[in-house]
Amino acid sequence: MMGTGNIERFFIEIGDFSYFTKRFFKEVFTRPFEFKELLKQCYNIGNKSLLLVSVTAFIIGLVITLQTRPTLQEFGAEAWMPSMVSISIIREIGPVIIALTFAGRIASGIGAELGSMRVTEQIDAMEVSGTNPFKYLVVTRVVATTLMLPILVIIGDAIALYGSFIVENLKGDVSLTLYFTKAINALSYTDIIPATIKTFFFGFAIGMVGCYKGFNCEKGTVGVGLAANSAVVFASMLLFILDFIAVFITDIFFEI
Amino acid sequence: MISQTPYSQLKRDIASKKHPILKIENLKKAFGDNVVLDGFNLELFEGENLVIMGKSGSGKSVMIKCLIGLTEPDSGYVEIMGKDLLSLNQTELNELRTEVGFLFQGSALYDSMTVRENLEFPLRRHKQKFGVVNDTTPLVEEALNNVGLLSAINLMPAELSGGMKRRIALARTLILKPKIILYDEPTSGLDPITSKEIIELMRNIQRQYNTSSLIITHDVDCARVVAERIILLIDGINYAEGSFNELSNSKDEKIRAFFKN
Repeated sequence: MMGTGNIERFFIEIGDFSYFTKRFFKEVFTRPFEFKELLKQCYNIGNKSLLLVSVTAFIIGLVITLQTRPTLQEFGAEAWMPSMVSISIIREIGPVIIALTFAGRIASGIGAELGSMRVTEQIDAMEVSGTNPFKYLVVTRVVATTLMLPILVIIGDAIALYGSFIVENLKGDVSLTLYFTKAINALSYTDIIPATIKTFFFGFAIGMVGCYKGFNCEKGTVGVGLAANSAVVFASMLLFILDFIAVFITDIFFEI
Repeated sequence: MISQTPYSQLKRDIASKKHPILKIENLKKAFGDNVVLDGFNLELFEGENLVIMGKSGSGKSVMIKCLIGLTEPDSGYVEIMGKDLLSLNQTELNELRTEVGFLFQGSALYDSMTVRENLEFPLRRHKQKFGVVNDTTPLVEEALNNVGLLSAINLMPAELSGGMKRRIALARTLILKPKIILYDEPTSGLDPITSKEIIELMRNIQRQYNTSSLIITHDVDCARVVAERIILLIDGINYAEGSFNELSNSKDEKIRAFFKN
């Protein structure tokens, strides 16, 4: 059972996180803008996650097709495979699995990096030199994760569909053109747009949590480890909550 | 506070010739029930080297962080170069910070940047003030030359020894040509030979740049060489003030304890 102290800490954490998020919105629109650092972070966060995301997405495509094929075959519905896979990957599996992979790599990385900077007084040194460390470190990273995750999800979705095609091609002799024509024809804007919009929120949440945990890291190397670890846990939990909200809202507007 | 007659004369002499560039009055700070500063006062005069000594956990670092706006005091008055620190807005505070250098205990070099980038970082933030447009190289090289480490310009902090890191941090502090330098335990964690080199470097810098220095330390050798005046911070207050000789020969056991090797 959760003790009173734990509940109190939980609500304090939520309050602090809300304040941290409010500060982000205040700082993101005020000068000076750190464009150079933002580009560097986009490269670090986007480019360096690409391989991991690609491999994960490719395996998802292979596995879904391999697992589902026997069942569809039983009903003589193998022809529905591209449609089924594309809808499930674009709507839900792609964004969520890729976001979780991204959270594992990026939220922990940011948490550990900023935590280490806090513990070794590098953030204080930045402040003393007349730089706003929140703007330089937090705003750039959060904007980078918000922009990079949707791009990674789009790339990942395409790779997952390609993985699925390979299985279909090997087992059922389907051409690339036929597979992708069927996969894309099965999709509508109500599948693509809400799924893409929610990835911006996922990216934002991952960046915010990683930065929050790292920026507020307590003293010591133990604190850095805890910051990295709790950033992944908190970010993953938040992703599922956001996903539920996104699906709920989509259902209201588009009746999925 | 213990009265030190010759020291009072010394302080009067310094005060009559120079203006206080930094002033603290009745500074108080507590963390929960733990009172760290309980009405601390000091005046730092232009071109002076003032040393603050105190035991670990006596509030020295908290005090110095209050001076640069990293920690907010509960009450009291802090004046730097005639400006009330606690009434400044963020922009004014950032401007004032270019006049006050801070050498961190652990050097606090940016791990992800080379030595050159570490030194360029504060310069690029204040390029209008220093008239630097694109080429920061001459200023970076000058600062590195002053600490004798020009050869390390392209190294990463992880490739430097503890003493080298401290010197690079000092170069980064100097690059903005501050009027006041705050040193937080400048020799802690260094071997005796490297400590002596850092102490010598601090004296050279003081002579070359004519800075005022506030040095927090519990290194007796450092205090002996550098200090013009010493303040002992005990129980959150200025327990004693004086020159090195006066304090080290004090009859008060609490004071003498600091100067036993």
